[in-house]
Amino acid sequence: MKLKSMLASVALAGALASTSAIADDYVIDTKGAHAFIQFRIQHLGYSWLYGRFNTFDGEFSYDEKAPENASINVNIDTTSVDTNHAERDKHVKSADFFDVSKYPTASFKSSNYKPNGDGTGTLTGDFNFHGVTKSIDIAVSEVGAGPDPWGNERRGFEGTTKISLTEFGIKNVLGPKSEDVEITLSVEGIKK
Amino acid sequence: MLTDTKKHFGSITKILHWLIALVIFSLFGVGLWMVELTYYSPYYKTVPDLHRSIGVVVGICMFLRLVWRLFNQTPEPVKGLPKWQTHIAHIVHLLLYLLVFLICFSGYLISTADGRSVSVFGLIDIPATITSIDNQEDIAGLLHFYFAVAIIGLAVLHATAALKHHFINKNETLKRMLPFSKEP
Repeated sequence: MKLKSMLASVALAGALASTSAIADDYVIDTKGAHAFIQFRIQHLGYSWLYGRFNTFDGEFSYDEKAPENASINVNIDTTSVDTNHAERDKHVKSADFFDVSKYPTASFKSSNYKPNGDGTGTLTGDFNFHGVTKSIDIAVSEVGAGPDPWGNERRGFEGTTKISLTEFGIKNVLGPKSEDVEITLSVEGIKK
Repeated sequence: MLTDTKKHFGSITKILHWLIALVIFSLFGVGLWMVELTYYSPYYKTVPDLHRSIGVVVGICMFLRLVWRLFNQTPEPVKGLPKWQTHIAHIVHLLLYLLVFLICFSGYLISTADGRSVSVFGLIDIPATITSIDNQEDIAGLLHFYFAVAIIGLAVLHATAALKHHFINKNETLKRMLPFSKEP
C-alpha cells in the first residue's frame, strides 16, 4: 500500500517536472465554464449594472520562466450578452448599443505583457468591439497554477480594464456617469 | 340579438370585432413608436408596460371570441358571390385569428425570455414557460414585428374587400357587421 502510493507520487513529481518546462500554451476552459467575462456600467449614476458574455473562447501562452512573453487571444460572441433581463439584453444587442447583427463578435489580441515581478502586470493589446479596434491596457494579476485532480495542468488570471463607449462608436444615451464600462476577464486555462 | 345566426351577426360578435380591431391598430401604432423611445423618455417604461398588458387582454379576448364563434352558428356567405372570393375570405379570417394568437405569444416570449413574469396592469403576473431558446428575445421580437405587419396588411385587405362588397357589389357583407344596421 505504502510502496504503491510512494511510487505514484514519485511518478507524479517526475511527470510534473518534465511537463512544466515544455508546452506553455493553454486553452481557456470555457467548456467547464471556469472563465468569465463580466462588465459593469453605472445606471443613471445611482448604482452599478453588471452583465457578462456567456459565450466566448480563447487561448493564452504563459511561461513561468519568461512571463514577459505571455500572450492571449479571446473571441467573444456579442450576442451572448446577459444582464439578467431579456428586454434589456434585447435593447443592448440592438443598433442602439452593441449592434450585434452587424458586429456579432468582439475580440482581444494581446501584443505585449509587462510583468511587475509580484504576480501582477500590464497586458497591452488590440480590442476589437463594435467595429472599432483600439489598443487597450489590461491590469492583470496571476491567481495560481498547478495540477488538477483529473490529469491536467491549469493556470488562472484575472484582468480588469476600462473602455469608453463613445471611443468604440457607441453613442452614450445613458447619461454622463455611464460613459465608461469596466470589464473584468477572469480566466482559467488548461495546458494543451 | 345577442347570438349569431345563419343570416346575422349578433351584438356580441359585432362588439368584439370592432373593439379588438381598434385596439390592435392602436397597439401597432404604439408598438412602432415605443421602440424608438430613448432611455430618458418618461414613457420608456410606462408605455411598453401598457402595450404588454393590453396585448395580454387582447389575447384573452381573442380566445373568448374563438370560443363564442365555435358555440354559435356562423352566418353564411352572402349569396351570388364567386367561390374564390368566399374561399379567400375564409383563409384571411383564419389567418387573422391565427396571427393574433401568434403575435400575443411571441410578445410574451420576448418579455419572459429571462424567466421573468409578464405583469398585466400590475394586477396579475403571467409566469414564464419557454426560456431556453438562444437569443429568444431577439427572435421573438423579430417574429412579433413580422406578425404585426402581416396582421395590418391582411386587415387592410379585409377592409378593402368589405368596402368593395358594399360600394361595388352593393351587398350586405359590410352592413351585417355594422352595429345598428337595418337588416332584413
